[in-house]
Amino acid sequence: MSDDHVYMTLAEGHEDDTRWAYGTGFEDPLHGVDTTVPEGVDPAELAALCVALGDDALVQAQRLAEWTTRAPELEEEVALANIGLDLLGQARLLYSRAGQADGTGRAEDAYAYFRDAADFRNVRLAELPNGDFAFSIVRMLLLSSWRLAHFQQLASHPDPVLSAIAAKGVKELAYHRQYAAEWSVRLGDGTEESHRRMRAALEQTAPYLGELFTAHDARDEVVAVLRQVTEAAGLPMPVYRPLPGAGRHGEHTEHLAPLLTELQGVARAHPEATW
Amino acid sequence: MVTTLLDARRARHIAEQVPDPELPMLTLADLGVLRGVEVTDDGTVVARLTPTYSGCPAMAEMRAGVAARLREAGYSRVEIRTELDPPWSSDWITPAGRRKLAEHGIAPPGAAPRSAGGPVPLVLSPTRHTVPCPRCGSADTEETSRFAATSCKALWRCRACREPFEYVKEI
Repeated sequence: MSDDHVYMTLAEGHEDDTRWAYGTGFEDPLHGVDTTVPEGVDPAELAALCVALGDDALVQAQRLAEWTTRAPELEEEVALANIGLDLLGQARLLYSRAGQADGTGRAEDAYAYFRDAADFRNVRLAELPNGDFAFSIVRMLLLSSWRLAHFQQLASHPDPVLSAIAAKGVKELAYHRQYAAEWSVRLGDGTEESHRRMRAALEQTAPYLGELFTAHDARDEVVAVLRQVTEAAGLPMPVYRPLPGAGRHGEHTEHLAPLLTELQGVARAHPEATW
Repeated sequence: MVTTLLDARRARHIAEQVPDPELPMLTLADLGVLRGVEVTDDGTVVARLTPTYSGCPAMAEMRAGVAARLREAGYSRVEIRTELDPPWSSDWITPAGRRKLAEHGIAPPGAAPRSAGGPVPLVLSPTRHTVPCPRCGSADTEETSRFAATSCKALWRCRACREPFEYVKEI
C-alpha cells in the first residue's frame, strides 16, 4: 500500500458533513457519555470546579497559541501549539461537564465565547501576557506542575466524568511539565543572558504562586519540582511574596479582558454562525 | 438471538476497518481507539470510541466515519458513544498496527510508563531511551522535538541514514 493510497481514503465523502474541528458549534466532546451526576456530589460545586479548571486551561491555551509564528524555532512553535491543543481539549471536556452538572445544559461555546472577564475563574498567572520566552516557560513549569498534582487527586473524584477527564489529563500534563523543565534547565544553565531572563521570570511569577496554592494546595509537589529544576539549572528558588486578589473570585488583572476580546470577537460578532 | 450475535460480529468487523483520520495506514482497531461494538435488543449498533489525547481534533471525524460505514452496511440505527475511562494508552496499538506504522516510516511506541502511585516523577537526566530508525533500523537516532504534526507523535532523526522520522509517543 502506498502512502498516496492510504491518504486518499480520507478524501472519501460520507453523508455526515463533519470534517475537521475548527470554529464553533462542534459536536459535544462528551457525546454519548453517561452524564448523571452521582448521589453525594453537589452539582453546583462540581460545575464551579469544572468551570475554574476549564478556564485555567482555555486561557493558557490562548496564550500558547499566541506563540504561533513568533517562537524561536519551528519545533518550539509546534510544541507550544500542541501543548495548547491538549489544554484546549481539557477545557472543552470540562465546560461540557459543567453545563450538564449545573442544569443549564449550556454547551462549551457558551462558556468559552459568551462570558465576560469577571465571569472567568482562572488563576491570574494563566492570563499574564507572554513577553519573554523564559517567562512563558516558567509559567508553564508552575502551572503544569500544579495542575498535574491537582489532576492526580481528581482522578479519584466521586464524579466519574471528572475523574476520567483528570486521569487522561495527567498523562498530557506530565509531557507539558517535562518540556517546561527541560527548557528551564537549558536556559538557566545556558548563557549569562538566558540565565538572567530565567531569574527575571521566576521573580515575575513568584507573587502569583500563593493564589495557586489557595485555589488548590499542591504546594509540596510544586515546590519539590521547582527545587529539582532550579538546582539543575543553577537558579535561585523564587522568593514567595503574596499578592491580594484572586482569579478564582473573578478578580483579574487588566490583561484578561483584551485576551478574551481576541478569543471571543468572531463568535460574538456572528453569534448564530458555525464554521 | 443468533441473528443479534452474528450481527454484532459483522458490525464490529465493519467498524474495525474504518481508517484513522490522522494515521490512515491504521484502522481504528489497530490504533486501539475502538473500545467495543455491541447490538442492543432493539437492533441499535452501539460503537464505543475513546480519544487518544483530550484535544484530538479527529474525534468527530472518527465518529462520523464509523457511523457512515455502519449505515452503508445496512444498519439503520447506529449510536456512537465516547468512552473516557480508562484513558487511551499507546500500549493499545495492536501488533499489526505497529507493523503498519513502521512500514510507513513511523516508529511505533515502546511500553508506556506505568504509574507506581504517588507523584509522577520528573526525570531531568538525558533519556537512555532509544528508538530504532524505521527506515534503516539503526539505533543511532536522536529526538529533535517531543511534539510533532499530531499530538500523538514526536520528531526524531537518524544519524546513520540522516532521515528524519516521526515516532508515536508512549502515553
